[in-house]
Order: sequence, then structure tokens, then C-alpha cells
Amino acid sequence: MKQELIKLIDLSRCTACRGCQVACKQWNEMPASKTNNFGSYQNPPDLQWNTWTLIRFQEIEDRGGNVKWLFRKDGCMHCTDAACIKVCPTEALYHTEFGSVALKAHKCIGCKACIPACPFGVPKMNTATNRISKCDLCYTRLLANQPPACVLSCPTGAITFGDRDAMLAKAHKRATELGGDASVYGDKFVDGTHVLYVLTEKAEVYEHLPTDPKMPLSIIVWKDILKPAGLITAGAVVAGAFLHYITHGPKTPEEETTCEGGKES
Amino acid sequence: MTNHYIDLKNSDCILIMGSNAAENHPIAFKWIMRAKDRGAKIIHVDPRYTRTSARCDYHVPLRSGTDIAFLGGMIKHIIDNNLIQEEYVKYYTNASQIVSSGYDFKDGLFSGYNQEKRSYNKDTWTVEKDEKGIPVRDYTLENPRCVYQMLKKHYERYTLDQVSSITGVSKENLLKVYQEYGATGAKDKAGTECYALGWTHHTTGSQNIRTMSIIQLLLGNMGICGGGINALRGEPNVQGSTDHAILYNILPGYLKMPSGSIDTLQKYNDKYTSKSTDPQSANWYQNYPKYTVSFLKAMWGDKATAENEFGYSWLPKMDDGKHYSILHTIDSMYAGKIKGFFAYGSNIAVSSPNSTKVRKGLQKLKWLVNVNIFDNETASFWKAPGVDPKTVDTEVFLLPAAASMEKEGSQSNSGRWVQWRYKAANPPGDALSDGDITMRIIDALRDLYQKEGGACPEQLLNLKWDYKDAWGKFDVLKASKIINGHYTKDVTIEDPTGKAPKEVNLKGELVPTFAKLMADGSTSSGNWLMSGSFEQKGVNKMMKRGKEDPTGLGLFADWSYAWPLNRRIIYNRASCDLNGKPYNPKMKLLEWVGDKWVGDVADGPWPPLGDKEKGKYPFIMKADGVGAIFGAGMVEGPFPEHYEPLEGPLAKNPFSPQLVNPTITIFKSDLDKVANADEKFPYVCTTYSCTEHWCTGFTRWQPWLLEMMPEAYMEISEVLAQKLGIKNGEKVKVSSVRGEIPVVAMVTKRMKPFQVEGKTVHEVGIPFNYGWRWPDGAADASVNHLTPSVGCPNTFCPEYKAFMVNIRKA
Repeated sequence: MKQELIKLIDLSRCTACRGCQVACKQWNEMPASKTNNFGSYQNPPDLQWNTWTLIRFQEIEDRGGNVKWLFRKDGCMHCTDAACIKVCPTEALYHTEFGSVALKAHKCIGCKACIPACPFGVPKMNTATNRISKCDLCYTRLLANQPPACVLSCPTGAITFGDRDAMLAKAHKRATELGGDASVYGDKFVDGTHVLYVLTEKAEVYEHLPTDPKMPLSIIVWKDILKPAGLITAGAVVAGAFLHYITHGPKTPEEETTCEGGKES
Repeated sequence: MTNHYIDLKNSDCILIMGSNAAENHPIAFKWIMRAKDRGAKIIHVDPRYTRTSARCDYHVPLRSGTDIAFLGGMIKHIIDNNLIQEEYVKYYTNASQIVSSGYDFKDGLFSGYNQEKRSYNKDTWTVEKDEKGIPVRDYTLENPRCVYQMLKKHYERYTLDQVSSITGVSKENLLKVYQEYGATGAKDKAGTECYALGWTHHTTGSQNIRTMSIIQLLLGNMGICGGGINALRGEPNVQGSTDHAILYNILPGYLKMPSGSIDTLQKYNDKYTSKSTDPQSANWYQNYPKYTVSFLKAMWGDKATAENEFGYSWLPKMDDGKHYSILHTIDSMYAGKIKGFFAYGSNIAVSSPNSTKVRKGLQKLKWLVNVNIFDNETASFWKAPGVDPKTVDTEVFLLPAAASMEKEGSQSNSGRWVQWRYKAANPPGDALSDGDITMRIIDALRDLYQKEGGACPEQLLNLKWDYKDAWGKFDVLKASKIINGHYTKDVTIEDPTGKAPKEVNLKGELVPTFAKLMADGSTSSGNWLMSGSFEQKGVNKMMKRGKEDPTGLGLFADWSYAWPLNRRIIYNRASCDLNGKPYNPKMKLLEWVGDKWVGDVADGPWPPLGDKEKGKYPFIMKADGVGAIFGAGMVEGPFPEHYEPLEGPLAKNPFSPQLVNPTITIFKSDLDKVANADEKFPYVCTTYSCTEHWCTGFTRWQPWLLEMMPEAYMEISEVLAQKLGIKNGEKVKVSSVRGEIPVVAMVTKRMKPFQVEGKTVHEVGIPFNYGWRWPDGAADASVNHLTPSVGCPNTFCPEYKAFMVNIRKA
């Protein structure tokens, strides 16, 4: 590995201006979807093949009855022990030299295995191209020694980028400064992610944020135990395939976006 | 801004009131967060909990239109608890001056009110002067008629109970803000205020800001790092447009627009040149005639001579007592009195209040020119929902304009930094820069006058018409130099002491600073404030990009040009005591060292006030040199007073029998209906812009922005939504006595009902970024169908922020 880089998202500094959401679309040349206001500032409602990063808006009342408006920039966490890479049969998904998880789109066969595998709900299907689509931490920018587009766009310093150790230290320092329920999220599971949060509330308060994200057991069973064994005998391969069907279960259908890939709505 | 964006980081307490800084000025928040990191308290006072509130230490909800009550209570708290910066108040403000005996305030009215004209005779709004004409002062501040005591008396009524009952803010919250902000009266503490449209969009708009100015003077917060009154201006170069006279009542550099009875240059200069006999007052506006004449020379060049009053008679004049604001213009348009109209970079069919009246007014025009980067609701008014194009006779011209990044020029930020901006791309198709469009129109007009003659042809034909490059295109650098100003003949200045060498300025050279402008026609300057934006040899200071900050205070003196004279903080001499030593040594903005000021560009070279012979007061733009706690500048009174919005939930103003601002203009067309305290329209409504859209929403043409904020919405509390049976995301209709629009209900915990005068008052909010023209099939959801045509009597800025509505399920 060349240099392990981490994106730190300090939620205590985010003003939800959504500059990052637009900068991502601009750099990665992704079209907009046709949306409606569904009673929230959040839009599109969820991550989509053409929305790799999304500010989630959430209103809560704290113990004292005070209203808080939480903003969380959602997107790929770039896991070290990445389930999506593990299940990808064609090595379309892979770790870059920076530790991030990128996609060689031409290798993607649209098997959708990565979709249920991801504990964060990140990979999305582009139904027009029948390929997966997700954040690659602006791999081409990293190669050119540039920070990801979202980092560059952030006016308040909520999103910063740098070496793993420096970012980890910065995150812990900030969480300590903030005190209360503030914590660092991302350093304790899946062997560490390459996106870290400083959360202002307990992790379980945030919608769509798993408190204990894991590699799904079915993948461990299949990829680490059964698949190696299957290579020894053909029979085991057949059994493994059967077991994969049983353990992996049916795939949840991917939500359709309202416009075709590559075309603006 | 009296200060500048970066300086926000130097504050100890930032009161964000009348602004949604995080959403509407996202970059400002970078510096506000820096202040927070330093331990500053960030307070948001606003009817809504917004993205700004989310990043502040706390949010205090307040009923729309009650800012003066809130701030008046703060003045009372500061005085009652003696939190003032005493030396500053005594010597740098007019607190010690004695108010004339004729001045009075009773039942919500100041002395001199004329009910019929709805205006004041200000003759009694003065202070006593001695035989030399210098204001009499009582530095003990004990004289019962001194400004300080009169201020105390005026705000005696603004008790916690009363203010809480009017504003809907709990007493605990009021005290919390008053104590926190009042603590910045300490000499080594700085408090600042950030406001924007949340303060200006009221019938008491100017007085909202003035109330805060009084607080800042009491606490010694003007002229210091981390202090000041900071108007966060809009992205559309609002600061630059105002500096260059976009408003009807000013000429460039805030010179006054003349009216008909001021028919000679002599009369004009006499009226507006500030006079003072106090040797300790710099009285900068005594230089007014120099700026006037230099402006006229820039307009009409060699044709402007002393014999013809430098062309003063060619300046357009306003009719005496008449106003020409957008409110007045639309009223005249609707009355059929206007033939043609230029909507230049504007979309009045969406942006101006009472859109129904505006759009009907547009139908009465003979012609309309709209200059814009997209088609909009104004250019297409003739095919708007409910309009039959066959019935509209108006001829409409839509001229395609270059967008801001498709042309070169200067752009001024709120901190008065005039920054050069380069062109990034050519405009598409036939689109031209505003400069080129204007050139072509004026060229054609000049041709017509030449060929056909007409009324007052000198106005146009004598213009110094020299703004083009060799290819006949608008030359923005040339225009900028004309704005800076030139010597119109050789001028040699001898040093009166004979020590320094003679200063020789040649005809055609740039004027290096406005201090060199003359009233005899030997200099020209299109805008005196910008005189100094070029070096004499032609270096454009607006292009400067130096990143050095030797003071560590974020002044960045070598980055762009800040008017006036590259001064980064206005009235900076007030940051020092009478001997020129900084009140806060940790923020050394300026210091008198030996025989000169060191630090920021000082507000004048004179020694500090302690030098009884040569020292000057710090507020050099005021005739008496001090900050005006009492002043005759505003039309509605020398002290701000709480009045209810034109449309509000109360039938009676709890402070006085004057329900609304007694000096507002009431328009009387059949479409100017008002419903105050009317059970048919029981809910307060306020309007605003969201981060994602720009003004009337030409950003709706940008798919990524439209995706994030696709359609008009109304923020409504859970309590009111439940009462009306409205679910989140449901379509509803909102109406006022003037119109109705469809919006999506956004039911939110962030809106809460207020307890006002013993009653529950609900408030809702709707953004003003939407219209029918785009996207295809969009509803006609311009919120200004609901707002009244009424505005602040000083500026005629409309009251978009408080009016009454009803809500029903669609």
C-alpha cells in the first residue's frame, strides 16, 4: 500500500450546505434525478447510483426537550475488511493503494452481490448500464495528489482529508474536546474504515447508521471457509453453490432511479 | 459590514439575528466556526430553528417583527446593570450631549408628527449647542436631559415581562442572551452582530439595525476587532451595486440624488455638505463638494465646466417629496402611469411583494426589457397561469446576458473588499455582458438624439463616452479607471511647510486617493469611495492577492482593495483609548506610536482625542465626530420604538397606541388589501431563501440544485399541523388577503408556537425561490403573491418577513 488516506467528517462542523453533494456530482459527472419535496430538506431521499454522497437530515429532541437538527454526510465508508470486495466475483471492486474501495466498472457483471453484503447500504445499481455504482473517494483526484471533491467543497472544515494516523488523532482530539455523547465512528470495526466520523450524538441516535457494522456471516462462511474447501473437490463446489443460495438468500430488488443512466432527467 | 468576514473569528460573542448565515452565507460560517473554536458564544435569534441554529450554542425563537422590542430590552438590561464601556460611551458617543428641550416622546410618537403627511418635522430632534456651535456635554452622564438619561427613560418600558409577552421569547432566554451579549462591554471583549434580510425586510427595518448600533456603541463594540455591525450582503454583488448606486435615492459613493427644488450645484452642495465648528471633529463630509464635482467631471468630462456648474443641470432630479422605490414604481405601473420598464437582472414578478399587483402592472406597460441569463416569470408574465396572452399588449424584449463568470470585472464582498474577477468562459450564443448591453443601448440613443433631437439632449450627447476598447467592446478596465478618477489637468501641490518636495500630478494620471479630489474640476472620479483602487501608475489594487497577515488579525491588507482607502475595519480609532492605546492589547488593531498610527489603515492621520490641540473624535463621518445614540437620521424617530408589522396577530401594540410604524407609506390601490388581527388569516408567515437556490430561483434551471430543493414548501410546527390535520409532505394551500399559493407542508419540530399577550400565536415559513416558469409544470408558488406592498419608510425595503395567512388542505 502506497499511503493510507482517510476522510474525516466532523459532524459538529457541518452546516448541511450540501456543497459536497453537488461537488461529488460535478466531479463525477453524474446527472440529477427528478425529485419531489417529501417533507424534508433531504433530497434525493436516499443514496442512488447517481448520488454517491447525501446529507441526511434528522430532527431529534434531547433529554432536556431541546430540538436538535442532525446532519450526516452519508456515503461509502471504504472499509478495510470490505464485504463488497469479498463478494465481488470479478474483482471489479478492489482496494486502491490508498486503502479506499474503488470500482473497475467495465469488470462489473451486475450480479448485485455487493448490495446486500454492504453493511452501510452503499452500492447502488445503475439499471441503464446494469452495473454497480458507488463512491471511489475520487480515485483519479488522489492519483493527482488532490483531495476528493467533497473535501475541497466544504466551507467550514467539516470534511478533511489526510494520512490515517493524523486523521485518527484529529478525530479523537475533536471528540474529546466536544465531550458529552461525542465519539469517533469508524475505527473499531471492519478493521477500520477510510471514512471516519466525529459524531455529536451516540451512534444509535443516527438513522441508517449501523452501531456495529460487520461483514455478514454468510460471506465469511462462504468466502473464508466453504469456498477454499470447495476448491478441493468438485462435489464441495456444488454443495457450496447450494449453500450459497441458502445462506445468501434472495436479493432485495434495487430501487429504481427515475432517470436513465447518463441522461439528465 | 463595518468589519469584514475574516474578522468574525476575532469575536467573543456573535449574535446572529436577522440572518440565517449558515444557509445564506455559508462561507461566513467558516469564520464563525473559528470564533467558536476560540471559545466564543454563538447565539441565533430567529423565528425558525435553521441550519444556522444547529451550529450555534443556542437558538432563541422570536416572533417575526419584534426585534426592536427584543433589543430595546437589551438596552434596558445593559443600562440597569451598568454593563457599558464607560470611557467609550462618554467620549466616543453623543451620550453626554444634551437633548433640546423641545424634544418629546409620548404615546408612541416623537415630537413633530404630522398625522396627515404621516411624517415628522425633525426640528426638535437636536442637541443643545454652545455659543460656538459645539454640542454641550455632561461627561457625568447625570443631566436628566443628556442622551444617556433620555435613552434610559425611553427604554424604561421595555421590561422583561413586557418584552417576553410581545416577542414570545421566554424570560429565561431573554436574560440568557442579554447577559451573554452584555458581557462584551468589558474593554477586552468583543461582540458582533450579523444581520441580513431578516432585519431589513420589515416596516421597521432600518430601526432594527439602528437599535443594535446603539447597543454596540454602549458596549464599545464599534471600530474594534471582532466587533461592529455586520450586514451579510447577498451573492448578487449587493455591496458593489449599492456602492455604485443601484438605489433610486443615491448617486455613486452614497452621494445624494438631487431633487427638483435643489436646482443649482451651489444649493446641492450647501444642503449636503456637513458643517461643524468643533475643532476636534474631523467632519469628513465637509469634503462633499469635491466628490460631487469629481463625479460630474467623470460623467461629462471636458463638457463639465465651472461655468455650467459642471453639468449639474443634466443630472436627473427627483420630484420633491416623491419616492421611486420598486414599491412606488409598481404602484405607478399598476395605475397605468409607466410606459416602459427595464428589469435588468431582476425578476420582479417573483421578487416584489404582492406579485398579483406586479404582474397586472406589467400588463399595463407598452414595453418591457428583461436582461437575464434565463427566461423568467417577468419576461414570460404574458403567458403566466391565468393570463390570456391575447389580452396583453406589452411588447417584451428578453436580452440574453452573460453570467457572472462569463465577464471580467470587480465584485465587492460584504466586508467592502473589491476583488477583481476574471472571465472564466465566453458567454453562450448572443449573450453579452451588462456593460456591452448598456453601451449598445446608449449608443443607439445617442444616435437618435443626434438625428432627431429631443428633450435635454445634452444629458446624453455631452457624456464622456469613452468606455470602449479598440474593437468597440465595453472595456471594463477603462471603466474602472474612470471610476477611480483622473487628474483632468496638471496639478502641482506644494507642501505648506516647504519641507517636502513639490508633488507634480500630470493630466490623465490616476488620482491616488480620494483625499486628493478637488472641487474645482481639476479631478474626476466616478465614485469617490473607489478613488485609490488603482495606484497612480495604473496598478489595479483590486487584483492584489497577497496572503501576508503580519498582525495575525486576519486583515490581509494586501489582498484586494477595501474601501475606503484599504481600511479593513471602519472607525478603527475607536479601538484605542484617549491616548491611542488599544483597549484590548490582545487585539492590537491600531496603536498611536510616537506621531503616527500603526496597524490597520487608520481613520485619519490625526492624533487620538487625548491630544486637546490636534486630536480628533473617532467617528469622522459624523459632523460631531461621535457615534449617534440619539440621532435625527431616521424618518421615524431619534430612538427606535417597537411597532407591529403592517399585518400581525395583535389588534393593539402593547407599548403604545401606535399599532404600526407611523411613517410608513400605505398604498391605496384596489389590490393593496390588509388583514391585521383578522381571524380569517390567523397565522404569522415569514419568507426566506434556502441555501440551494439563488434569489427568485434561476438556480431552478440547474438540475443538481433543483434535485435537492425541487419545489416550494412551508415549514409548520407539529402542533399547528396536528390542529389542522396536515401530514408531513402533504400538499396544502396558503392564502393571505392578497392571494393563494400551493406548497408542500414540511411538518417540523423546528417551528414552535409562541405565547404572545396571553395567546398562542403560530408562525409558518415559506421560501421565496419558486415560480411557475421552470421546471416545466411547476406550480405558481411564488410566495410574494401573499406579501403586502409596504416597506421601511427609510429605504422602502418591503416587509417580506411578517404578514398573516391561513392554511387549508389542498
